[in-house]
Amino acid sequence: MSKLVPAPWWSLFLLAFWLLLQNKVSVGATLLGLVLAIIIPLYTLRARDYRTTLHHPLLGVQYFFILLGDIIVSNFNIAAIILRPRKSIKPALIEFPLAISGSVPITILASTISLTPGTISAELGRDGRSILIHALNVDDPEATIQQIKQRYERRLKEIFQC
Amino acid sequence: MTELPVWADWVISFFIILGASFAFIGSLGLLRLPDFMARLHAPTKNTTLGVGGVIIGSILYFSTTDGLSLHELLIAVFLFLTAPISAHLLAKAGLHLELELSENTRDFRTKPEQYSDKDD
Repeated sequence: MSKLVPAPWWSLFLLAFWLLLQNKVSVGATLLGLVLAIIIPLYTLRARDYRTTLHHPLLGVQYFFILLGDIIVSNFNIAAIILRPRKSIKPALIEFPLAISGSVPITILASTISLTPGTISAELGRDGRSILIHALNVDDPEATIQQIKQRYERRLKEIFQC
Repeated sequence: MTELPVWADWVISFFIILGASFAFIGSLGLLRLPDFMARLHAPTKNTTLGVGGVIIGSILYFSTTDGLSLHELLIAVFLFLTAPISAHLLAKAGLHLELELSENTRDFRTKPEQYSDKDD
């Protein structure tokens, strides 16, 4: 089983992706999708230079929905800032100390920061222990850091156990 | 092509107008915000809901007329994957070129020089 399907989540993702591309679920499409979902990971596995295990897939789903909600909130926030008169925003550059490690979790955290209210990740520190954030409108940088830590980093730490 | 029911008409119009409004506000942000880094915030965030609204409208339209259609979701997936990465690269480039930031930007970096690539 693990020889044939070395990355089960990835295969599942590829199958779902294939069926979405076909835009219908039929026996033929599913069979071809299954074959592709098995062959592509087998062939490209050597190109993956990182090892990541999803320890809590359900928490991952929960994370996704929290993120989705926050993205909608952030859209309204930014829209409000744009429509407000100029000069009333307080941008800041903040260094966010990382408590997680591994390229995949850090990438997800950096993307999360970019997609959520008022912050954009601008650079990973040279030592890989911090992310530089540009925040559009902050009063208290420490509160922003704590919010990201509590809301996202803690969950990612749990999901990936890193 | 079948006729749309009235409720679907309203719901689809709502989502498309919502999406279009956010896309417009995002573009407006490019014009109105004070500096490069602040301008980045507008397109990365507002296009997600802008495109999202149009995609939901499209899914509803084709699902009520032609039968279930979900492949628009792939557009959303690609957008989720690429928007933060392109924003990150642009922000990084701006940072290393030390583009001028608006005067009320507060800098909390401990070692600002490690983010600079300027030769002089």
